[in-house]
Amino acid sequence: MTLALALEQLLNGLQLGVMLFLMAAGLTLIFGVMGLINLAHGSLYMVGAFACATVAAWTGSFWIGLIASLIAAAAAGAIVELVVIRRLYDRDHLDQVLATFALILMFSEGTRWLFGSFPLYLDIPPLLQGAVALPGGTEYPVYRLAIILAGAIVAFGLYLLISRTRLGMRIRAGESDREMIGALGVDIRTLYTVVFALGAALAGLAGAMVGALQSVQVGMGEPVLILAFVVIVIGGIGSIKGALLGALLVGVTDTMGRFLLPKILALFVAPAQAGMIGGAAASMLIYIVMAVILAVKPRGLFPAAHA
Amino acid sequence: MREIMIVTRENLINLILASLLLAVPFAADAFGQPFYITLATRIAILALAATGLNLALGLGGLVSFGHAAFFGIGGYVAGILAAHAFSGDPLVFGLPGSKQMWVIWIVALILSGLVGLAIGAISLRTSGVYFIMITLAFAQMVYYFAISWPAYGGEDGLSILVRNQFPGVNTMRPLTFFLICYVILLLALALFALIRASRFGTALQAARQNEVRVATVGIQPYRIRLTGFAISAAVTGLAGALFADLNRFVSPSMLSWHMSGELIVLIILGGTGRLFGPLAGAALYVIFEYALGGLTERWQFFLGLILLVVVLFARGGLLGLLAGKARHG
Repeated sequence: MTLALALEQLLNGLQLGVMLFLMAAGLTLIFGVMGLINLAHGSLYMVGAFACATVAAWTGSFWIGLIASLIAAAAAGAIVELVVIRRLYDRDHLDQVLATFALILMFSEGTRWLFGSFPLYLDIPPLLQGAVALPGGTEYPVYRLAIILAGAIVAFGLYLLISRTRLGMRIRAGESDREMIGALGVDIRTLYTVVFALGAALAGLAGAMVGALQSVQVGMGEPVLILAFVVIVIGGIGSIKGALLGALLVGVTDTMGRFLLPKILALFVAPAQAGMIGGAAASMLIYIVMAVILAVKPRGLFPAAHA
Repeated sequence: MREIMIVTRENLINLILASLLLAVPFAADAFGQPFYITLATRIAILALAATGLNLALGLGGLVSFGHAAFFGIGGYVAGILAAHAFSGDPLVFGLPGSKQMWVIWIVALILSGLVGLAIGAISLRTSGVYFIMITLAFAQMVYYFAISWPAYGGEDGLSILVRNQFPGVNTMRPLTFFLICYVILLLALALFALIRASRFGTALQAARQNEVRVATVGIQPYRIRLTGFAISAAVTGLAGALFADLNRFVSPSMLSWHMSGELIVLIILGGTGRLFGPLAGAALYVIFEYALGGLTERWQFFLGLILLVVVLFARGGLLGLLAGKARHG
């Protein structure tokens, strides 16, 4: 029974990890190519979720909503890049942090303006409702398994995109030498917009998929954003591989920590205290893991060449 | 110190700012408008917190996105000590809580300084964007700890039933409490000016401008930065203790990353690395918040817009606009 529960928690951890990867991949790509730290990435996640919930409510189809979330987030990303972000590439990180912080305020308040303060709800599509039996007797929601699968497909697709296509080649070239690929005649400004929109679309997709698990509300992107920062710091900023491993590590550590720590502590102290200390310790666990990793490798597990 | 003795346009503006902040609460008190005293106290405390951050950010170039941790720790020191003094339960090692502000201030300074030392020791091994994110992550760690630790209110926060005391004065009087905060702010600004002009401050600024050169002349940038970061954390922690006493309430929101962002915003609005930048920024911010908040419920949207414009087009902040470019970078 406990083993089955542990398996369930492990899957939850994987699912969280996959979501984090979708966020972290965009962040790390944007940092790797443009050298930009984008706090507003969580807002794009929120845009995706709101677009999906709204369109799904209009059309009655989750799938159309999912496509809408990709389009809306990519469009929002492209517009933000064209209007604001592009002025920030040659600024220092402080300016980037502040400007994107300002964008968060505008996105959050703007969304509240448009949609009101009440959360929206998004139903799981009929195709993915229900549960499957896990070995050990417990049942696990199909939708969560589908998220894990979708994340794996996106990760593979991203790998193909970056290692096999012309766009991917340009992205890699942009990461290693920005001036040079501009000099070689690649339209670097368009490339930047495309990369930003791509990162935004990934965030939007994550938001839409999670939107069916939680409520869709203003500020939903912020906890995920900070976890995604932890992920890319652990993985090495600029590295997609690092983002994938970091995301899985953070997802599984966080979920399993919340599950196991109180149980382990209960062996030593009274149950009530174990729950309290274990809960508090578990909520800090990934930050402790991050601190340990950075104490050993200050630039993360897979440091990018130039960052 | 010499440069703050000279009459420059910036010093004149600083003097006007400091006098205005002092004059407004007296006027408000005379006209029986205690709300404006609270507003001025808020400005003084936020300016104090940002002055702390300005030591790390302005002088040392250390973009800490986690100073809310120290601000909140200071706040919780005030809240927890007061709670124990109220209930009579010993705190740790049989020591009682306290309702005395000066005890709380000392504990807040020491504790946030020590936490700053610990966070700085790890974070300063990195630089640039890593440093920003790590300080953010550490602050989140403290935030989640405060939320999930139920003993002191957890998510709901902790009320301070009666404002803590200071010998010889009645701190419940708004004007008195303002004056306490104001004097501490002036002391912190003096400390900032002293540090900036000292050998240590010069090394800290030099480490920002050219790390390799500092190392070449035999100064370890890491130690200088760590010291600066810890002092910075302690000052912000002190501000947190005052802030908790102002609101007579402390909650995890003081630790949230929005708070860290706001502190940076204050400095940028005022003018980075300038002595009075935090005060100018805090005044502007609180007035914006109040004025925009009166006009529209959506004030945060417009605050974001103004901030964006400042970052993109007016990089010197308010003091940059009023007093011209800073004389040294």
